[in-house]
Amino acid sequence: MAYFIELLINGALTGLMYSLVALGIVLIYKSSGVPNLAQGAMVMSAAYVVWLSTTWGLPVWLAVIAGALAMFAFGMLSERLLLRKMVGQPIIMIVMLTLGLEIFLRGVGPGFLGASPKQIDIGVSLAPIIIGDVFINRVYLVGGAVALLLIIASMLFFRTRTGTKLRAVSDDHVSSWSVGISVERAIGISWGLAGLSAIAAGVVWGSVQGVDWTLSELLFPAIAVVILGGLDSVAGVLLGGLIVGIMGSVLPGYLDELAGGGTRDVVTSLIILFTIMFRPHGIFGREDIERV
Amino acid sequence: MFYRLSGLYHTRYASARQLWPITADRWQVGVLLVLAVAAPFLFSSFYLTSYLLPWLIFSAAALSLTLLMGIAGQLHFGFAAVMAIGAYTSIHLTRAGVPFELSLVGAGLMAALIGSVFGAAALRVKGLYLVMATLAMQYLVDWTIINVPAISGGAQATLQAPATQFLFMPLKSDAARYYVALLWALFLTLLILNIKRTSVGRALVAVRDKDYAAAVIGVNVVHFKLVAFFTSSFLGGVTGAVLAFCYYQAVTPEQFTFNVSVQLVAMVLVGGLGSVIGAYMGAGFVLLAPIMLTNFVVYLNQLGWLSVSTNLLSHIPLMIYGLLIIGFLLLEPLGLGKIYDNIRKYLLVWPFRHSGL
Repeated sequence: MAYFIELLINGALTGLMYSLVALGIVLIYKSSGVPNLAQGAMVMSAAYVVWLSTTWGLPVWLAVIAGALAMFAFGMLSERLLLRKMVGQPIIMIVMLTLGLEIFLRGVGPGFLGASPKQIDIGVSLAPIIIGDVFINRVYLVGGAVALLLIIASMLFFRTRTGTKLRAVSDDHVSSWSVGISVERAIGISWGLAGLSAIAAGVVWGSVQGVDWTLSELLFPAIAVVILGGLDSVAGVLLGGLIVGIMGSVLPGYLDELAGGGTRDVVTSLIILFTIMFRPHGIFGREDIERV
Repeated sequence: MFYRLSGLYHTRYASARQLWPITADRWQVGVLLVLAVAAPFLFSSFYLTSYLLPWLIFSAAALSLTLLMGIAGQLHFGFAAVMAIGAYTSIHLTRAGVPFELSLVGAGLMAALIGSVFGAAALRVKGLYLVMATLAMQYLVDWTIINVPAISGGAQATLQAPATQFLFMPLKSDAARYYVALLWALFLTLLILNIKRTSVGRALVAVRDKDYAAAVIGVNVVHFKLVAFFTSSFLGGVTGAVLAFCYYQAVTPEQFTFNVSVQLVAMVLVGGLGSVIGAYMGAGFVLLAPIMLTNFVVYLNQLGWLSVSTNLLSHIPLMIYGLLIIGFLLLEPLGLGKIYDNIRKYLLVWPFRHSGL
């Protein structure tokens, strides 16, 4: 039983941290309909930026702020230079462009800063919290809390003036233009916000598993989270993250011995597959209506 | 100068509808064919096996994928998994004593069966969701191959391709393996060129352009989507087998990871969706351009003009590859095939500006 509870709690915390990666994908998809497959590599680059700033002697909190500014600018820039030119192109071109960006970033970070894993120290001790027989990783706990806070913050953000504009843009580009909202700027801001969520995810995941190229592989669970929760729903990210995290922790906890390891990827794949087969738009997502 | 439309009068429908109605095009195809056949005598064994052979086989893979993505419009991010199914099936069949020719067919059928399951599961969705569904299947197939010892031969195992022969020609020399790959690539080229001219091809294009509209004019959308997945997976499976037997001469799961799927999609896109010559150009570009540019950087490094650490050097191919994809999508979304087509059309009527055709 204690084993089950431990898997459950750690799974939920991991899931919250997945949602942090997935949040960036949702923010961008919501405003512009672009599935950002470079989010995993953006998380990785963000972690590298924070690590680089700490090696220059900045304290961690300052490094995070510097990184946040850098990633916000990076997000805005990639929208301005790359994605804006792809408006109106078929979806495969856009998917492939973000994948190209992801491949490029995967070369840049480890290439210039070294491929060996780096540590980001956020001042949380590595000793687990022990309640009864249950071991909980402190870093996971902090990561889960940060994720929860940020997701709630982004839900609240959509109620502010800028957030209302973003919602209008996600509803309809042309009518937003007609009432004087700058669609381009709104999409740019959503890319910047995705950069911000990448920095949060980068710091949290970087302190959990070290900074190297494997951080970009977070893309796969993040895709499962957004597909399950709905590609354009922030609330869906929270629920989807919890489900993907818990299923990806509890099921492999029992199945790995039987099947010879690596069942977490299988669980994640099956979640994607079954969601697409039975409810393609996810739990909270908006159903697409197609016209000839 | 190079191409001339002058003196070209088609007096029969058959001659106007042939594959290459322009004489100069036929000459070009003929010269390329002669060069391809003579390649083992022209190039050293090193160039033959490490440049020409992978280029041919990956062109064949890109051709199989362009049938699905370019002509039928169904996106597929798990094509490496389909090829893996073909490769493993063929190796196991030949090991069990089945002749190589039959095991190629078996590889194709197995890949087509499982590949159609990919398609059938994803029939309800398209576009982005199809990308995600096929991506999930790539991971599932990878995991199954690695974790079922009966398929992979145990964790981290490499299955050697047994010695075999193709149409009484032992697959021992580099030249023999090259000819098998060439034969398969030629077959695929003719198939894709011709499929565009049949009713099946036109139905697939209708489904690509708008499936509802295709249904309205009486095209059975579900049927043709499945046909596209089945055919393309069959061809992909055989290509996987050819890749395993002729190029790697062994098979491991690492040869068919998600990155290879992305590489195949990149080949199709860089070449141009649905373009046959584009598949060859795209495969060559995606495979060889990063290697050549990296060699160039290494050369500059040796000259002392540039100082690059070995770590950075090992990541330069990734960066170039990513930049290539981004650059092509931004500058020429229709790909190398379109660039070739523009040049060809310009030269066709040179010194005039327009052909009027």
